[in-house]
Amino acid sequence: MEIKAAISVKNKLNTQSKFQHIKKRLNQSKYLLILFLPGLIYFIIFRYVPMYGLVIAFKKYEFQKGIWGSDWVGLKQFIIFFNNPQAWRIIANTFLLSFYSLLFGFPAPIILALLLNEIKNTTSKKTFQTVTYLPHFISEVIIAGMMINFLAPTDGIINKLIVMFGGQKIFFFSDPGWFRTLYVSSGIWQGIGWGAIIYIAALAGINPELYEAAIVDGAGRWKQMINITLPCIAPTVSIMLILRLGNLLSVGFEKVLLLYNPLLYETADVISTFVYRRGIQGADFSFATAINLLDNVVGLILIVIANSVCRKLNETSLW
Amino acid sequence: MKASVPSKLFDLCNYLFMILLVIIMLFPFIHIAAISLSSAEPVLQGRVSLWPINFNVASYKKVLSDAQVLIAYKNTILYTVVGTTINMILTTMIAYALAKRKMVLRKLFTFMITFTMLFGGGMIPSYLLVKQLHMINTMWAVTIPGAISTWNLLIMRQFFLAIPESLEESAMIDGYNDIQIFFKIVLPLSKASLATIGLFYAVSHWNSFFVPFIYLNEKSKFPLQIILRSMVVEGNIQPPDQSSIMDNNQFTVVQNIKYTVLMVATIPILLVYPFIQKYFVQGVMIGSIKG
Repeated sequence: MEIKAAISVKNKLNTQSKFQHIKKRLNQSKYLLILFLPGLIYFIIFRYVPMYGLVIAFKKYEFQKGIWGSDWVGLKQFIIFFNNPQAWRIIANTFLLSFYSLLFGFPAPIILALLLNEIKNTTSKKTFQTVTYLPHFISEVIIAGMMINFLAPTDGIINKLIVMFGGQKIFFFSDPGWFRTLYVSSGIWQGIGWGAIIYIAALAGINPELYEAAIVDGAGRWKQMINITLPCIAPTVSIMLILRLGNLLSVGFEKVLLLYNPLLYETADVISTFVYRRGIQGADFSFATAINLLDNVVGLILIVIANSVCRKLNETSLW
Repeated sequence: MKASVPSKLFDLCNYLFMILLVIIMLFPFIHIAAISLSSAEPVLQGRVSLWPINFNVASYKKVLSDAQVLIAYKNTILYTVVGTTINMILTTMIAYALAKRKMVLRKLFTFMITFTMLFGGGMIPSYLLVKQLHMINTMWAVTIPGAISTWNLLIMRQFFLAIPESLEESAMIDGYNDIQIFFKIVLPLSKASLATIGLFYAVSHWNSFFVPFIYLNEKSKFPLQIILRSMVVEGNIQPPDQSSIMDNNQFTVVQNIKYTVLMVATIPILLVYPFIQKYFVQGVMIGSIKG
């Protein structure tokens, strides 16, 4: 009995002091809260309200009735989607575009960083580096404009070169067979220099004593690279790889939207472009949101898995 | 130390490879510039590759006197300035609050914000929200919904965390509150980081295509990227009216115009790029240290 009373007194004191504590914290951070408030309102309205808006995936959305007032239809939109023969095509296209970008686009910046690292003259190294990031700042519209015009069948320079060397004109933007190659190779052009920055930083962090010791042992440059450089940047490479795997379902949507046309849908139509056409152009909001939701959930699962793998391997993680 | 023959050979190949890479990186820009500055005739004959033939600025005169292009340019500048201002005000304030250890519920708020990097409503719910708020076809549709980039916010917070607390403590003793400290001490100290984040935002506004594409539907409100797409990607260009032209040097063809438009849209980025790229690299490094 006494013990119980003691505990209850203690609890009471605890809640009281907790309350006091919160009050104190609130008072301490009242000015910070004023700075924080506009941003918080932004996040609630523009990030969390759209998440709530995802419920229309389970409804038949009508603008007049609003999100809450529209009628529930359960999983109908999902069933319609998976019965659509295009469903598997857009899933496969999204996955393949992303996969090829990873396969060819992931190693490219690492190789560039390793080669730049072998250049000892700082001025030329800086110059080469600066030039390679340039495409990163160019808008997707300009990139698409350049591609479509350079590859145009009649007056594009690429086809002129092909004809000059005795080849046949290639109709790049009416043959679905070319789309993935164009998407991936232009992506490498855009991203190689920018992607290399993080590896260049990792390379700069390697202790020079390691190399000195290797030279004393008579190791050549190739051996130094295999035995010192690569192992030292391996953690960075593995983190970047895992993060990329976590984003396996996201493709550069703007570029696809700018480059594709109905002739290329067979290889170029991806989940996000399909959502755009059905949702915003076709005003089939619930259907498009259902696909959107599937995409987001799969993306979330992938990134959570990627992060926990990262944490296990390197004891570092995104959060 | 004497370099061995294979080592020298490697260096040579490496340099040659780098020079090739530089050519690949710059070729598109040089080719565009060359065509935009050439006369119609060599362009039609397809003789221009890396250097202008019969140097001529007629197409620039045409493009820069095109009302549509000028309005779009003005719109892009307006959206970039207004958008970046909104971005910076909101981002720095929220980042500072989250950088302070005494901030109440700091962990919860940080989680709430980082979560939006992993999951979001996506295209359709955001579109419906903007529509519901009657922002469609206004400048606010392209500046407010993206007012804070979570990624930039986290980088900004990282910058603020690096400011020594002792500075703020002494300001506290002088009777400053957090808001005064933020504006009078922290912001002036963070000019370099403000420049970095500001540039991240400004370039993304300048290059932004999809957001104005879905939210704006009046020609007079279109930014440059939309006009660019219509002219260069879709090829909607009226063949230039040549009837009144007597001087051969004023003669242009559609290809001249297209490449000139590309050039006009790229030049601002090319001009500021050498000065700003180091800030970007800094930003990436800070982001990666966090990641």
